Amino acid sequence: MAFEEIIAKLPYQHPFLFVDELLAIDEKGISGTYTYDAKHNFYQGHFKDNPVTPGVILTETAAQIGVVSFGIYLLSKSGNPINEIKIALTSSEMDFFIPVYPSEKVIVKSEKEYFRFNKLKCNVQMFNEKGELVCRGKIAGMMEI
Amino acid sequence: MSDKQEMIDGLKQIVKPYIQDDEAFKNLNEDTDFINDLKINSANLVDVILDIEDKYDIELDNESMDKMLNVKAALEVINAKVSEK
Repeated sequence: MAFEEIIAKLPYQHPFLFVDELLAIDEKGISGTYTYDAKHNFYQGHFKDNPVTPGVILTETAAQIGVVSFGIYLLSKSGNPINEIKIALTSSEMDFFIPVYPSEKVIVKSEKEYFRFNKLKCNVQMFNEKGELVCRGKIAGMMEI
Repeated sequence: MSDKQEMIDGLKQIVKPYIQDDEAFKNLNEDTDFINDLKINSANLVDVILDIEDKYDIELDNESMDKMLNVKAALEVINAKVSEK
């Protein structure tokens, strides 16, 4: 499945799509990027006069690239057509190390822990453009087509 | 202690991190339903299944998973899989 096809299957759109580009994908893992548009309205409130990308948004980005995009690829391997995907985030446990500011680009790398009985659990890491670790953790979701 | 009681106790240890209903957990018996009584969510039920696979060194398929709704059914599935080995 081509990278663009996977992105087209994502059930998100602006202002809640946090995937720009997928870089690599195979049965074991995925990597992709996103650049935070400084115009995102959450920067107006997080924080007052001091815009920093919220941890929940970083987690969401890691989940959209590292679990949902990856899951669409893995589901496509089953040979069944992917028309409508049912997804639910079921757990996330993240540690955060450095802040991400407006207009920064991040790279998410995700490795499969398991994909069984429709549950995909991954170890995810996010890096900034300097290659510094922004956050890492485990994210899991249920996915069905 | 019977083998069956030992298996129930083993299962009790496996489900412990995922339960929501403490009272149902305390009174766990053969008739206890994982979802309706213990209030384990479907994602954590997968973790329960994977932990059972590790403990008994068996592999469970979708059909087995669909059957394992309560403690009694789980024990039956485990025993059947273990005896196939």
